[in-house]
Amino acid sequence: MAADSVSGYIQHHLTNASMCMADGHIAFNHHCENAGFWTWHIDSLLFSVGLGALFLGVFYYVGQRATEGVPGKFQCFVEMLIEFADNAVRDAFHRSDRFIAPLGLTIFVWVFLMNLMDLVPVDWLPQLFHLMGAEYFKIVPTTDLNITFGMSLGVFILIVFYSIKVKGAKGFAKELTLNPFNHWAFIPFNFLLESVTLLAKPFSLALRLFGNLYAGELIFILIAALVPMWFQWTLSVPWAIFHILVIVLQAFIFMMLTIVYLALAHEDH
Amino acid sequence: MNINATMFGQLISFAIFVWFCYRFVWPPLIDAIEARQKKIADGLADAQRAVKDLKLAKEKATDHLKDAKAEANKIVDQANKRKAQIIDEAKEQANREREKIIAQGKTEVEAERNRVQEELRAQLAELAVSGAEKILERSVDKDVSQSIVDKLVAELK
Repeated sequence: MAADSVSGYIQHHLTNASMCMADGHIAFNHHCENAGFWTWHIDSLLFSVGLGALFLGVFYYVGQRATEGVPGKFQCFVEMLIEFADNAVRDAFHRSDRFIAPLGLTIFVWVFLMNLMDLVPVDWLPQLFHLMGAEYFKIVPTTDLNITFGMSLGVFILIVFYSIKVKGAKGFAKELTLNPFNHWAFIPFNFLLESVTLLAKPFSLALRLFGNLYAGELIFILIAALVPMWFQWTLSVPWAIFHILVIVLQAFIFMMLTIVYLALAHEDH
Repeated sequence: MNINATMFGQLISFAIFVWFCYRFVWPPLIDAIEARQKKIADGLADAQRAVKDLKLAKEKATDHLKDAKAEANKIVDQANKRKAQIIDEAKEQANREREKIIAQGKTEVEAERNRVQEELRAQLAELAVSGAEKILERSVDKDVSQSIVDKLVAELK
């Protein structure tokens, strides 16, 4: 493969399908280059919402048929996940909110499913969508910064919400301005430090998930682009097996950090 | 790779999904889990209580058995005592009967002997008289000899 086509192939696999309004009607991909902020990555959104809906649909189905008696195997599996999230929250919180555990469960399963798309061979679905007329298609939503930032922004809003709910607006303001140096002269300095601490949370959440998955996806793409077809499996299979660990771990970390950040937001200094 | 409106799309779907999970998915499942936990805890407590009850029942049964044995022993003892008593009474009665029979026999034998003696005495007297008559055929004073014989006979007594 020539170097140009290799970089073209990689570039192609790293481009989202985008949609925007241009000149008063809906436009796609290249026509959106100048659309700026109001561009939608429809592939990321389609898969993220699709997987989230699938997860919630299945869990809702199981929940409606849940029995207190001897549960079926699938109910057992769902209950394991529920208890897993519930225990994670119970371990981190002194006084638990009934809202945090479902939040953790949603994050864990949803992020896991989105990460799981990484294990689908890199050319299958893009090729399929290509046949259906889509020029670009990225099927792993978590390799899109918008998706990870969308979620971490949600977590950030919850952090601020719980900080104010637990400590009051005054308490939260005090926490931001009178820590770590409790003196009025240090208020600007404190505020700078604490703002960085606060803002670092959503950034680290989003970038960690994005970085891990993007790198993983890139390796798969490189293997697909540079290694001869008949030899690819010797590299992609071990990487995929290793990646199973990464996708679960990243989903778990996202959930755990969310819970920990919210637990910290509940704490009074 | 740029930040665009997708982020808000994701934020909104995140919010909706979390709310949906919180509202519709989580409660029935966690309720089922907690209800089952309670059932299991109750079941275990029941089992423990049943074991305790069983132990108590066994102890009670042993006690009852012991009582029953003691009762049985008492009854057997009483029976033995009664038996000995009955045997003693029977022996005593038999003895009394025997003595009575012996005494009766003795009186009968005595009476018979007296009668025979009397009879023998009479016959002997006659025999002696007739013998003497034959020996002294001739003039023996019947009165004198009679009185001698009577005297002899009286000595036989």
